[in-house]
Parts: sequence; C-alpha cells; structure tokens
Amino acid sequence: MLQYHFQFGDVWKYRDMLMGGLVQTIWISIITIVVSFVIAIVLVFARQYGPKWLRLLIATYVELIRNTPFLIQIFLIFFGLPLLGLRFDANTSGIIAMVANSVAYTLEILRAGIENVGRGQVEAGWALNLNNFRIFRLIVLPQAIRAVAVPLSTQFILVLLHSSLVAAIAASELMSTAQIVEARTFRSFEVYLVVLGLYLALSLVFSWILLALRRFTMRWPEA
Amino acid sequence: MRQLAFSDFVILFNSIGITLALAAFGLIFGALLGAVIAMLRIAKFRVLRWLAMGYIRIFQGTPLMLQLFLIFFGTAFLGFPLDAFPSAILGFALYAGAFLGDIWRGAIETVPKGQTEAARALAMRYWPTMFKVIVPQAVRVSIPPTVGFVMVLLKSTSVAALVGVTELTQTGQHLNNVIYNPFAIFGAVALVYFAMCFPLTVLSRYLERRLVQQFNGSGIPRTSLLTD
Repeated sequence: MLQYHFQFGDVWKYRDMLMGGLVQTIWISIITIVVSFVIAIVLVFARQYGPKWLRLLIATYVELIRNTPFLIQIFLIFFGLPLLGLRFDANTSGIIAMVANSVAYTLEILRAGIENVGRGQVEAGWALNLNNFRIFRLIVLPQAIRAVAVPLSTQFILVLLHSSLVAAIAASELMSTAQIVEARTFRSFEVYLVVLGLYLALSLVFSWILLALRRFTMRWPEA
Repeated sequence: MRQLAFSDFVILFNSIGITLALAAFGLIFGALLGAVIAMLRIAKFRVLRWLAMGYIRIFQGTPLMLQLFLIFFGTAFLGFPLDAFPSAILGFALYAGAFLGDIWRGAIETVPKGQTEAARALAMRYWPTMFKVIVPQAVRVSIPPTVGFVMVLLKSTSVAALVGVTELTQTGQHLNNVIYNPFAIFGAVALVYFAMCFPLTVLSRYLERRLVQQFNGSGIPRTSLLTD
C-alpha cells in the first residue's frame, strides 16, 4: 500500500495553464447561465401563454433534453451542425450545447414556480386590465423566481459541473486543460486531484455568490 | 467511406447491456453506501455528521467525469489497478451513494419530530425507533426522488465512455468515427437513452403526485433538485 510518491512539482509548473483553464470554465459557465436564463424566461412565457402547437413543441424539447445524456447532445451539436452548414469551433459548439441543455432544465424549474403562483394573482391582474405579458412580467415571474430561487441556484451550479463534459470535444476549459497537463507530465493522479480541489472550490464559491444574490434580490419583505 | 448498415445498429443495440449493467451495479452498491451515508448524516455524533456532509459535498460539488478519472488512476496508484469497467462501477457507486444518502436524509427529516418523541416515550431505543417508526414513513416520501435519481444515474453512465468503457455512448463514438453520420448514429443513441429514461421520468412524476403532493400541496419538490 502507498509505495507511491506524490509529485506535485510537475503540476505546479503548469499552474498558469491550469489557471487559464479555470478562467475559461468560469467564463463559459457564466455565459451559459445568463443566456439560458434569459431564453428560458422567454420560452416559459410561450410555454404557458402561447398557441397550443408552440406549447407542445417546447414541452417536447424539454422532455427530449431532460431524458437524454448531455454528452450525446454535445456530440450531436459538435458533429451535426457542420452537416447543416454551420461550422463552429469546439468552444462555440460547447457553449451552444450547454445553453441548449440548460434552457430545458431552467425552463422546467421556472414552470414549477409559475404553477405555484396562486390563480388569484393572475385574476387580480385581469381585474387591473393588465395584458398577459404584463401579468407575467410584473406579477407571476417575480413570485415564481422567488419560489424556485434555491432549485435555480442548484441548476446554475450544475451548469458549472457539467461544463467539464465539453472536454470530450476538446473545447478549452479546466478539464481539457487538465488532460493536456496530464499528457505532458504523466502525473495523472496529481493533476486530477488538484483539479478536483479547484472544481470543489469553484462550486463552493458559486453557491456562496448565489446565496448572496438571493439575499440581495429578496431583501424586501415577502409580497 | 462506407454507408451506415443495419449491422451497425445491431452493434449499437448490443452495447445497451453494458450501459444497463453500469447503472444496475452502480445503483446496488450506491444504495448500500447511501443508506450508510444517510444514517451518518443524522447520527448523534457531530464528527460522523461532518464526515457524511463532507463526503456529500465532494461528490455533489465536483464533476462526475473527474471523479471517474480520479478513481481510475487513483486505484492504480494505490496498488490495486482496476479495469475501466469495474472502476467505472466503483465511481458510479460512490457518486450514487452521495446523492441517495442526501435524498434519504431529506426524506427522514420530513418525518415529524413528534414521531421520535412518541417512540422515546414508549421506551424504544435508537435503532428500533429508526427502523420501526421513522424509516417506514420516510420511504413513502423518498420513492419519487429515488426513481428520479435512478434515471439521472442511467443518463450519467454515458460519462463512462470518457474513461474507456465501451457502452452505448462510446459505441456510438466508434461508429461515428468510421461512418461519419452523426444525426443517424447519435440520434439512434439518444433515442435509446430516451426510451430508457422517459418511462422512469413519468413514473417518478406519477409517484410524486400519488405519494407526496397530497401531503405537501405545492408543485415544487421538497428534496434537493440536485438529483435532477
């Protein structure tokens, strides 16, 4: 047992590269979270108030994404889009896949929140002669987001963790950087142990930021 | 470059067994581990609770792909090298243990404190209280999220492709390398996963309505959405 001698020195030599990967991971995660949140809000409105065919289309999309592995979605987008004449590099394909995936999960969480908002709230909006869009924007959405703030935060952290899978198409982020460092140093266990620590720290920091954000945006009393 | 043939789909179909085996073994060992984690998580001694919490934090707070890599290389360095398949099963078991432990801990905590106090008043000891009073009531609440997690685990077995297990996803990758036809190949792979996962999703939702919401009232699941 444990005749193995850890040699973190080789990993330390590549610290700049690993930090670069870390920054990339943070960057693509934040882009994905923001873009997919905005798209999910637009789509959840269409999902609740749109014509029937549109509702069905969005519901089907959500089920398809949620019931297939993210890795397959990445491959479909990375290998499939060029056949449709859309050529993107690995990074862009990775972000497109991440957004396409995260939209479905975020939308489903928002929908649960919307269905939790009392019917009387919407009726009060009608009584004030607000149209559907304004009822949604001013009354339903704020309460829905408040109700599902915790599951939403969890989803955002999952975006961060799932971003590692785009390494499978060699998009540049922390996991793929780790694989490059491993290939150069042959110190696989040390490299991945360090990267595990980095991901853990990152997910903790993300959850603290999200907690602070929840406290900040919801500091006014319950409506 | 040759065309996609019927025999290619047979190859794809044959790899489903490996995917199911990964999920099944991961689930069985993960459930045993999860039961232990759940018990530690609500133990009387603070140190045990911290240990279980740390374990859950690490496995829920890092990418599954990285966990599988570390276990694959880690076991080799610690002196008992494992093949890709058993090391992936070990990885999924450790991963499932953290999530199931957390789900079941949450389910146990939904049982009102009065139940424990009533058992205490009847002079029941800790384990009889746990297994005759608390757990039977917690099981009801825990079933829908557990089924939901089984579906997540089944989906997650695709990550084993990246540590060299030739399951459904990797077979799809191999085929796509030989015959470049991503829509047909990965479409078929996605369809197979969908056919396996969707029934579980529907079942989980149905059970959620049947078993939980009549007590809970809201459409928002009480347990962590991390399982989703």
